[in-house]
Amino acid sequence: MKSRLAPYLQTAPSMLWLGLFFIVPLVAIVSISLMTGNSIDGYNLTWNFSVFPDALDQYSPQLGRSFLYGGISTLLALVAMYPVAYWIAFHGGRRKSLFLFLLLLPFLVSFIIRILTWQFILSDEGIVLGTLKDIGILGENAHILSTPAAVVTGLTYDALPWMALPIYVALEKIDRDLVEAAGDLYASGYQQFRRIIVPLSAPGIYAGILLVGISNIGDYLSAQILGGPSTTMIGNIIQTQYVQNGDFPVASALSLMLMMALLLCVFVYAWVFGTRTIQEYA
Amino acid sequence: MTQPRYSRRQVMKGAAGAALSLSLAQLIAACGLPGTRDTGWEAGYDWDAWWKKQKQNGHLNFASWPLYIDTEGGKHPSLQKFTKETGIDVTYSPVIQDNAAFFSQISPVLQNGQSIGYDLIVMSNGWQLTQLMQNRWLIPLDHSRLPNFEKYAGTVATDLAYDPHNTYCAVWQAGVTAIAYDEKQVDGPIDSIEALFDPKYKGKVGMLSDPDELGTAGLIALGIDPQTSTYSDWKKAAALLTKQRDQGIVRQYYDNSYIKALEDGDLAITQAYSGDVFQANNSGYPNLKFVIPKEGAVLWRDNSVIPYHAANPVDALEWINFYYEPEIQALIADWVNYVSPVPAAKPIIANQLDDPTVANSPLVFPSEAELARLKEYPLTETIKTHEQWVGLFDPIIQS
Repeated sequence: MKSRLAPYLQTAPSMLWLGLFFIVPLVAIVSISLMTGNSIDGYNLTWNFSVFPDALDQYSPQLGRSFLYGGISTLLALVAMYPVAYWIAFHGGRRKSLFLFLLLLPFLVSFIIRILTWQFILSDEGIVLGTLKDIGILGENAHILSTPAAVVTGLTYDALPWMALPIYVALEKIDRDLVEAAGDLYASGYQQFRRIIVPLSAPGIYAGILLVGISNIGDYLSAQILGGPSTTMIGNIIQTQYVQNGDFPVASALSLMLMMALLLCVFVYAWVFGTRTIQEYA
Repeated sequence: MTQPRYSRRQVMKGAAGAALSLSLAQLIAACGLPGTRDTGWEAGYDWDAWWKKQKQNGHLNFASWPLYIDTEGGKHPSLQKFTKETGIDVTYSPVIQDNAAFFSQISPVLQNGQSIGYDLIVMSNGWQLTQLMQNRWLIPLDHSRLPNFEKYAGTVATDLAYDPHNTYCAVWQAGVTAIAYDEKQVDGPIDSIEALFDPKYKGKVGMLSDPDELGTAGLIALGIDPQTSTYSDWKKAAALLTKQRDQGIVRQYYDNSYIKALEDGDLAITQAYSGDVFQANNSGYPNLKFVIPKEGAVLWRDNSVIPYHAANPVDALEWINFYYEPEIQALIADWVNYVSPVPAAKPIIANQLDDPTVANSPLVFPSEAELARLKEYPLTETIKTHEQWVGLFDPIIQS
């Protein structure tokens, strides 16, 4: 009797945690999204399912843009950080932890400050654009701030360590003898990298993309601080509807749809590249 | 009672907790979220009798906006004088950065019938202040304890469209939303709001992300008086502003960060708040000019109001009365450079504080003729009109 109950008792705290901080809010958010009313008269549950098509109709550009910006920034972060993680793992020598620390150092500064710094770096007469304009490479009216490029830059920058760390861990675990053996069997440097190192680091790439993609797609601060008139992401809409307008049903419906869309992406992604590939190599 | 009942952190926690418990409890009980209607004091409550019973507690929790009071070496001389003369010690919290965001924090607490922990808060006239008044979430001021207000308040403080008898509102400071431009980037002086819509400045024009400010600029550009404007006027303004955006004229819809973009040279011309530009001029940017366009501009007020359930209402009144004293007002106005509600502070700033730049500035002490040119926001008095307004202008800002 005792032993049969034990596993349930042992998982009880995590079940309670899950129930309290996941199931209950989820139920709340679903039911709020189906309510109608306003902040003064209150909201009543009227099973208003049309909120979903209506919100989708009105905000599909922002939703699509979120996935576009999130996707591009994730890929850019991958391209930027894979070589860095590779270099630290394979050529970092005794100073690996120092290099990792240096990689993370800027991220000890608050997120907002770092984004605001980009505002400074990219400003029209700032150190980058000002210089390029002075030597005549860019026209007088060229600007990066307030454009999609600025938002993607902010998103990519903030993603760097989250992409680098899981890839580094995966690379670090690779048995160096395997690489050496490939060399002994006349694999060229490129072949070693392509057929041994990349596949063995797949779990890291997989984790990095998930970690970065999900948070970047839901981000709103980059768009708010670095964006312009047509770079609004779905996170900005949710924030405005909730905080500024007190329109809880629409905010909840959008959050739910974002969550569903992300879940769908994660499933497809896991199905195509995920567990099977990883199990094959790891 | 002399201790603050809630710290700031507790208020935030309380707000979050209240929102959570409120929503969950209500979900289970009634499958709905309660509204804010009739969650304040009961209509017809005898406030005169209530005020008679109140006593000074020797403490005041004052919530205001950043950089909005005289500051010297991290201290506030006007508040120090207040404490010295009245024995009331003040906890000053510059925690309000945005009317809507602050309202969304205090709203669940007030809805629950609890104190928000502040005895005096500063809110701009607009939808959130309207809701505070309509929900009866503010304590009516006892004017018998405000002799300085009666004596020194100028028309900026007494002529309020949204609170005609100063029932709740004692103006802290006021200001003008008009246009600012960078002399180096425009041809010649600008005197018309048309410049914000001029394709010549494509990509160099800043507009404000507050729907009230944005929509009102559209109305003024069309020559419509915002205060008496109708829904069909609003639609015309929205069409004008959409065109402005689609032509690529607007670089961005800014919050208070527009002033930094203007200083950095990212903007040639922008909607702007009077005090910001005045402060920028004095901190190394003399090339920025602030102008009230010939079509007019909006005069807004930030109001000190006493939230319902405040623990130290008499102390709050004492402070209102104190800052309406011209000597004290001079200290504040000379530092914040917004429109002062006390005209009698002008000679004190000019002579005793020896700061003629501020004293003679029409942006701090506008003449009656200048005030007459200024306009009011449209009054959105019901949730329906408010929803119509944001429904038109939010999609322009967040496209």
